[in-house]
Amino acid sequence: MTDIRLNIDGFDITVNPGTTILEACKRLKINIPTLCYHPDQDIKGSCRVCVVEVEGNKNLVASCCTPVKEGMKVKTNTKRVREARKNMLELILANHNGDCLTCVRNGSCELQALCDELNVRNDNLDKVYSKLPIDNSNPSLVRDLSKCIKCGRCIEVCHKVQGVGAIYNVNRSCEMEIRPPLNKNLSDVQCVYCGQCINVCPVGAIYEKDDIEKVWDVLEDENKHVVVQVAPAVRVSLGEEFNLEPGSIITGKIVNYFKKIGFDKVFDTNFTADLTIIEEGNELLYRINNGGKLPMLTSCSPGWIRYIEHFYPELLEHVSTCKSPQQMFGALAKSYYAEKNNINPKDIVVVSIMPCTAKKAEAKREEMNNEGNSDVDIVLTTRELAKMIKESRIQINDLEEEKFDDPFGISTGAAVIFGASGGVMEAALRTVYEVVTKNELENIDLKEVRGLKDIKEAKVKVGDLNVKVAVANGLNNAKVLLDLIKEGKADYHFIEIMCCPGGCIGGGGQPIPGTNDIKEKRVKGIYNADSKAKIRKSHKNPAVVELYKEFLIKPLGEKSHKLLHTHYKDRS
Amino acid sequence: MVNLISRLCGKISPLSIKDYKNNKGFKALEKVLFKMEPEDIIDEIKNSNLRGRGGAAFPTGLKWSFVASEKNECKYVICNADEGEPGTFKDKILLDGCPFQIIEGMIIAGYAVGAKTGYIYIRGEYPKSRNILTKALDILRNEGYLGKNILGKEFSFDIEIRSGAGAYVCGEETALIESIEGNPGRSRFKPPYPPNQGLWGRPTLVNNVETLANIPIILSIGSKEYKEYGTESSAGTKLLSVSGSIVNKGVYEVEFGITLREVIYDICGGLRDNKKLKFVQLGGSSGACLPKEMLDTKLDFDKLNELDIGLGSGAVFVSNEDTCILDFIKSTMEFFKHESCGKCTPCREGNRHIINIINRIIDGDGTERDLELLNSLALLMKDTSLCGLGQAAPTALITTMKYFSEEYIEHIKGYCKTGSCGKGEF
Amino acid sequence: MDLKKKVLDIIKNKGETPDKLLEILLEVQNKTKGKYLSEEALIIISNELKIPLSKVYGVATFYSMISTKKRGKYLIQICNSSPCYLNGGKMVAKTFEKLLNIKVGETTKDNLFTLEYTSCIGACDIAPAIKINDEYYGNLTPEKIKSLLNVLREEEC
Repeated sequence: MTDIRLNIDGFDITVNPGTTILEACKRLKINIPTLCYHPDQDIKGSCRVCVVEVEGNKNLVASCCTPVKEGMKVKTNTKRVREARKNMLELILANHNGDCLTCVRNGSCELQALCDELNVRNDNLDKVYSKLPIDNSNPSLVRDLSKCIKCGRCIEVCHKVQGVGAIYNVNRSCEMEIRPPLNKNLSDVQCVYCGQCINVCPVGAIYEKDDIEKVWDVLEDENKHVVVQVAPAVRVSLGEEFNLEPGSIITGKIVNYFKKIGFDKVFDTNFTADLTIIEEGNELLYRINNGGKLPMLTSCSPGWIRYIEHFYPELLEHVSTCKSPQQMFGALAKSYYAEKNNINPKDIVVVSIMPCTAKKAEAKREEMNNEGNSDVDIVLTTRELAKMIKESRIQINDLEEEKFDDPFGISTGAAVIFGASGGVMEAALRTVYEVVTKNELENIDLKEVRGLKDIKEAKVKVGDLNVKVAVANGLNNAKVLLDLIKEGKADYHFIEIMCCPGGCIGGGGQPIPGTNDIKEKRVKGIYNADSKAKIRKSHKNPAVVELYKEFLIKPLGEKSHKLLHTHYKDRS
Repeated sequence: MVNLISRLCGKISPLSIKDYKNNKGFKALEKVLFKMEPEDIIDEIKNSNLRGRGGAAFPTGLKWSFVASEKNECKYVICNADEGEPGTFKDKILLDGCPFQIIEGMIIAGYAVGAKTGYIYIRGEYPKSRNILTKALDILRNEGYLGKNILGKEFSFDIEIRSGAGAYVCGEETALIESIEGNPGRSRFKPPYPPNQGLWGRPTLVNNVETLANIPIILSIGSKEYKEYGTESSAGTKLLSVSGSIVNKGVYEVEFGITLREVIYDICGGLRDNKKLKFVQLGGSSGACLPKEMLDTKLDFDKLNELDIGLGSGAVFVSNEDTCILDFIKSTMEFFKHESCGKCTPCREGNRHIINIINRIIDGDGTERDLELLNSLALLMKDTSLCGLGQAAPTALITTMKYFSEEYIEHIKGYCKTGSCGKGEF
Repeated sequence: MDLKKKVLDIIKNKGETPDKLLEILLEVQNKTKGKYLSEEALIIISNELKIPLSKVYGVATFYSMISTKKRGKYLIQICNSSPCYLNGGKMVAKTFEKLLNIKVGETTKDNLFTLEYTSCIGACDIAPAIKINDEYYGNLTPEKIKSLLNVLREEEC
């Protein structure tokens, strides 16, 4: 195919056939405004903000969906183009609840930024948005239709990436709304609360349920012993909210911050990630040796758990009974830690900082408690933590690095990689290999299962056994593996499934934007942290070893079953 | 008036294959199957200068050649029978009057472009026409005109009927394709065009009912004789659907080149009750409103193009002086507000703002500024909408603001000479 | 016949592929008393065709001929496109509203009549026109509308 030559704003450029005008403009450093366009999604061509003039065309054309043609003459900065874009934004604003100053996306809203950049200063049209009741029916997500600009990104992610389909266009014309069917709330449909819709929403039409105030309240309550845990994926992304490069690791600063604002103890979810590996690895070996259900499926991603409960309940026996690291942490904080420090579990408040919106719902599951004490009390997303930090006026970038508290502050490189797709699998195999063979694993990097690829596979020889594993991220990819299991064609021993694309670093509670480019950098940060870790295998974590010696006695033992394992529910 | 395409409508029993064959029915199909190569057929259609009768007036032969040149095992032919343009009822006459002729056109199209499957997408408001078509297809399957090895040739073709369900936008070919695929009928952006990537991503030929009805005629009489009808730039005939304040409403087949005056006064007997003509809307609700000074405009693609007017579906709506322009525009825009698919911003949001402003003007609260706003909204919709619906929705507004600007000003001053826009009256 | 069996029969008849969704929705509506799609019917269709309920509902609410609200035995659809609107369409709507004592969009208490607007029904030659179920009625006047309703009511007695 021959290259295409065209002229944009007087400059000649040669591009490949099939290139869109928008892409060609990018090459010339012309930044065409876009709104429905998202770099990781299908081209929609619906917002019409990216219009440009093409010589010979009667009408303006949308540059995002118009391929270049030989000899094309494009003008991107004429009065006609500028006015069309401004008028388009005025139309959108008229149907948008513009309470920007109190909006959760104030400062990170694409519409707000565009209105500023395109110098929209008129407000000629009647306001036509309707203030519908806000859907806050569930513990994770809030939907505010008065802000929705109908770009359709949330629908694409919900249907095409996650295969859930909780929301869709209802009605047509100006009555079109994006919502669950039959006027239901999200809690009444098969929503898994993954929050991927939030990550792609250009405005504040979907956001996580705000639990920040609850944390401030318990911190001021002198009768409470408040501990916090931080998930692996948070440390590589929080910096983005404070103008650091994606993938920058600011763990020590986060710890310092928490100590400053009055948490009694600052712990690391990585500790229970290591613990998860011991329990889950042993469960896998038990299943292999005792004819249990295989392949075994991981259980640490709560969006994924909700998905299988809704859509494939017949396969629930494949799911590991291990609680997620967040829940294991809570259970231990209110048992082992409470006993050890002589604190009444009822006075302990467990706060988690998670990259995830589904974790909020996970913490509220009925079965996630011990003797009436729920494992985890309050869950904040990475974004909420950033808001807390800003609200407290403490400059996190200026803080010194500090260390997590004992005993739940010690962790390994195997735990930190939980934050990326493939990490649980790699961590598990590092441990399973050594537990089974009693030999030192020399090359511990399992690169086949790393990265953003949809479905990854690997074979590892563990003693006499050829362990075959698979890793999927994003629920539509999980579906492929589940269908194989259903058909009896999945000859894997162990499958890791993460609900969100890229794993937890791409979670629904992470900083926005979280495009694939940014996710790659977060993944890099994760594996950097692993490679720099002194200990890189979960079973070598001395605090975990100590925990078994002092308290749990043995993996899959009686205490483990009570505190660290759980069961699931058919929600279909 | 002529009787070329509609020659059999009302003359024969629509479901009698005997009647149809006695009147040269299927002669064209037999001719192409036994005596012509697909390329020859396409050349003949190209030579006839036939242009699409659905509204866009794209050269039919060229469209066929696009589909034919695609190398794909699986191609489709779709008959667009989603006649939704207000004031248009000519396809219904053809569907009810001579379904075999349309189907013959489709089979020929399938043979010419290399498609084995056809769909007729018929609007849900025509349940009776759908029944007739269903019966017609059954008859043709029994008679060997549809199905495997048609007339013993190595060519197989069958047709499925699909119903619309009350969505005007599905007359737009990509929205129609979405609808057949089982989706809401929201238009796709183009390119890719259906001849390259249409139904299920396969090369797809979408032709209007009237266009397809022309096919057997052209191939029977030959492109040369066909071109004797009409004008240099616009060959053949056009079915006009005439409605409004006129003595004889109905569908009339005319040669291109006829003037609106001839249609209205010679064919349709002028206006009822000897009222005066105020405007003619050409092409349905998405068409231009022309004042009486333009009655001598010839219906010819090139002539109309010079004036930036489209013939559209061939609907001719005649209004007398009792009509209030603003009331009329309000009803037109209500229609588009109801029918917009909601996908692109200008069309989804634009219609209701136009209505709000028109209402304000009718209520006597309008200002000069409102006219500027109307203008800029109309221009934005025309200039930036994703599909033809949004682009054409403000045509009536734009043309009435041009030809009847004084009436907008009068309303702003609180005065309506017709008095018919007043709220609560009829 | 129970709903599930009825819907399954229709799906079997039309075909189980997702592209048949609209055809199936129309047919189920036609064969349902009240000419509408109930929540239950939509759920069955979603499960059988393996299309998310949100999309089934999205398609159902996109097309104006499909209703998720119960309608009367006689569905009166008043054309409000220009040729009818300017030929007495407003009168037609007002007359029906007055005689039936309901507004357009509503159903009479006896579940006999539902009033709706429709876009052009291709009966512009007999404007102002309406459709009652599958039948067209044109050149309407208040008197004609009155007698039309009387005939329909008598049929019920």
